[in-house]
Amino acid sequence: MTEHESILIGTLKKLTMLDGVSGDEKPVRDFITEKIRDRADSLHVDNIGNLIAFRKGTGMNKKVMLAAHMDEVGLLVTGINDNGLLKFKTVGGIEPRVLVGKRVRIGKDRVPGVIGYKPVHLQDASERKSPVKKSGLAIDIGAKDREQAEQSVAVGDTAAFDYDPVEFGNNKLMAKALDNRVGCAMLIELLGGRYPFDLYCCFTVQEEIGLKGAKAAAYAVEPDAAIILEGTTCYDLTGTDEHMVSTRLGDGPALTVMDRSVISDRGLFRFISRTAERLGIPWQVKSTVTGGTDAGRIQVSGRGVKVCTLSVPCRYIHTPVSVMDKRDFFHALKLAEETLAGLAGWLEGEGSVGEVGLGQNQPGGESDV
Amino acid sequence: MECRELLMKLCDINAVTGREDTAARVISGILSEYCDEVSVDKFYNVIGLKRGHGENPRNVLVTAHYDQIGLIVTGIDENGFLRFTSMGGVDPKVLAAQEVTVHGKKDLFGVIGSKPPHLIPPEDADKPVKMEDMLIDIGYDAQKARELVSVGDVVSFRFPVLELKNNRMAGRSMDNRSSVAALVEMLKELGRIRHRDNVYAVATVQEESGLVGAFMAAWNLKPDLAIAIDVCHGDMPDAPSDESFPLGKGVAIAVGPILSREHTRECIKLARRERIPYQIDAEEKDTGTEAAVYSSALEGIPTLLLSIPAKYMHTTVEVVSLDDIEATARLAARYIAFRDELEQEGDSDDRT
Repeated sequence: MTEHESILIGTLKKLTMLDGVSGDEKPVRDFITEKIRDRADSLHVDNIGNLIAFRKGTGMNKKVMLAAHMDEVGLLVTGINDNGLLKFKTVGGIEPRVLVGKRVRIGKDRVPGVIGYKPVHLQDASERKSPVKKSGLAIDIGAKDREQAEQSVAVGDTAAFDYDPVEFGNNKLMAKALDNRVGCAMLIELLGGRYPFDLYCCFTVQEEIGLKGAKAAAYAVEPDAAIILEGTTCYDLTGTDEHMVSTRLGDGPALTVMDRSVISDRGLFRFISRTAERLGIPWQVKSTVTGGTDAGRIQVSGRGVKVCTLSVPCRYIHTPVSVMDKRDFFHALKLAEETLAGLAGWLEGEGSVGEVGLGQNQPGGESDV
Repeated sequence: MECRELLMKLCDINAVTGREDTAARVISGILSEYCDEVSVDKFYNVIGLKRGHGENPRNVLVTAHYDQIGLIVTGIDENGFLRFTSMGGVDPKVLAAQEVTVHGKKDLFGVIGSKPPHLIPPEDADKPVKMEDMLIDIGYDAQKARELVSVGDVVSFRFPVLELKNNRMAGRSMDNRSSVAALVEMLKELGRIRHRDNVYAVATVQEESGLVGAFMAAWNLKPDLAIAIDVCHGDMPDAPSDESFPLGKGVAIAVGPILSREHTRECIKLARRERIPYQIDAEEKDTGTEAAVYSSALEGIPTLLLSIPAKYMHTTVEVVSLDDIEATARLAARYIAFRDELEQEGDSDDRT
C-alpha cells in the first residue's frame, strides 16, 4: 500500500469502529463532519439527519449528487425482562443465526453485552434440528434483574456489533459495518475535487430500514445525476452457483444494472464502465438483482434522476465480520474519481438525454441501448 | 494477580483439546508462583505440588481441565477456503460469522462463512446450517493457503474477554479457564492457611475429547481424595431449573451416586460454617466431568465435584461470575485444610 492508501484504510477502519445503527448515526456524522469541514464550501445537516456537503461548481448549470449512507444494521432494545436480559429487534436485515455468540455495545455509553444461546447439552432432539430462532435470543449485560439493567440501558437504545477491524490474508480487511462505511470513506475523499458542476456529497441516514434519508436528501438537492457509493453483497464462496455469486472479491468495483430498488440509468452505467475500461480499472457487474440501495429513492425524486450504484464487494455483509479486498476499495475510489473528472462532458452530451422535447431524436445514443 | 486479571490471562491462552503443548508452559508459569514444585507430564497435564505441613500428609488431587473446544481443518478447497470439523462438543449453530485463529505454520486470522439464506434450497430452509456447509475464510488463494495451513491444524475461536455487570465475565473458554482460575485462587488461599495434606493442583488436558487427562492424573498421583472443578450450566430462561444454576449464588456442590457421600456432606457443612455461598447440584449419572474418572479410578478415589455456573456453555460468550470462582476456590482450600477439624467437631444435624 502507498502512504495515501494506508491513510485511506486508517480512516475506513476508524469509521467502522463508530456506532451508527439506523436512526442513531450521530457518532458517524460527527466524525465525518470533522473530517470534511475544511474542504466543503458549505455543510448542512437536514431534519432527518443527512449530512450534505456542497462543492460549488466552476460554472456548469448541473448538479451531481454522490450518496453514501452512514447507518449500519444493528439491534434495538425493545424490552427488559425481569431476569435482566434485554429483548431486541433487528434494525435492518440481520439473520438470527449470525447473532449467536456475538458481542454488542448498547447506547451512547456503549454498555457491553453478549448474545448467548441455549447450550447444546440442554437442547432436546427437536431443538438440535432447528435453525436458530430469533425468539430464543436476548442480550445479556450481566444484570441480575430488570432494575439493575435499567440503570445502564433503556428501551429504545440501539446496539451495535462490538468488533474491531482486522487486516488479514491477501489484502483483506475484516470489519463490522463495511456496508457502508466503505462508501463514506470514498465520499470523504471525493469531496476534495472541484468540478464544472455543483457537487453535493450526501452522507445519508436510515438506508438499512428503507432508504429513508436518501429521499429527503434528493428532495433538497434536486440533482441531475447521482452516483451511489455502497458496500454490496458478495457470495463467491466455493459451491455457490456461478449465477448466484453476485460479485467476486478482488475483481474490482461492482456496477449495478438492476436490483430490487432500481434499474440503473443505462447511459450512466455505460459511461462509468467505459471509464473503467479506458483506464484499465478492473470492474464487474453485480450479477444478482437482490437488495436495494439509496439509488431507488434518488431516481424517483423530483423530475427523476439518472442514477447508478458503484459498490465495493463485501463478503458476509450484515454480519459483525464483513470482509472486503482493499484493492477493490482503491479501484472503486479511482473509478469514482475518474468518472467525476469526465462527468461534465457526459452530462452535456449523452447524459443530457431527457431534456430534449418529446418527438425529437435522442442525441448521443448508442445502437446497443 | 487478582482473579479478574488472572481469568483474562487464562482465557487468552489457546489450548484446543489435544493441542495443549504451547499452553502448558504458560499454565506452568502461573502455577509455579504458588506451588513448591511444578511438572508437566507426557500429555501436558500441568502438575503443581503444594506440600502440606502436617505429619503423615495425605495426597489431595484437585483438577481443572484447561483444554478448550475448537475446530480442526479437514480440507483446503480450490479457492483457498478451509473445511473443518469440531474438536469437542461444538454446536454448529454458534459458528456463523465467528472470528477464528487458524493455528497453521503461523497463527492466521479467519472468519467463518456460510451460504446466505436466499441461496439455501427450500428443503433445507428449516434446518440449521451444517458444519460441512461452512468454511473458514483466511483471505488467501489455494496455493498460499496450502503453504500456510495443513489438514489437521487446529482452529480456536477468537474472542476477547468482556467485563459485564455484577463481576460477570464473558468470553470463550470460560469452560474451563474459570475453574483453572479457581485452582490458582485455591493455591493462594492455601498459602494463607496451614494445611496438613499435600495438594496436587493439576491443570488437565483433553477433557473435551473424553476426559483423557484425568485418567493419567489419577493413575500417576494415586490420591486419597480427588476434587474436580468444572463449570455447570448457568441459569437461562428456557433451561431446566434443576440442571442450571444462578450466577453469583456461589459454588455448586454436586451430590449424587458417583460422589463421595461423606466428603460431600462434610463439604456442605464446611461451606455453611465458613459462610461460603453454595448451591446443591444433584447429578444422577456420571456428571460429564472428570469426577466420573476419579470416582472409579484405581480402587475408587473418594471424589468431590465443585462447579462454577457458566451461562451459554460451549458458545463464544460463556458468562461466569468472579464471585462464584472465588467461592469455589475458598471452599476447596478450606475443605482441604479444615476437613479433619470437622470430623472432630462432629455434627448434630448429620443426615446419614
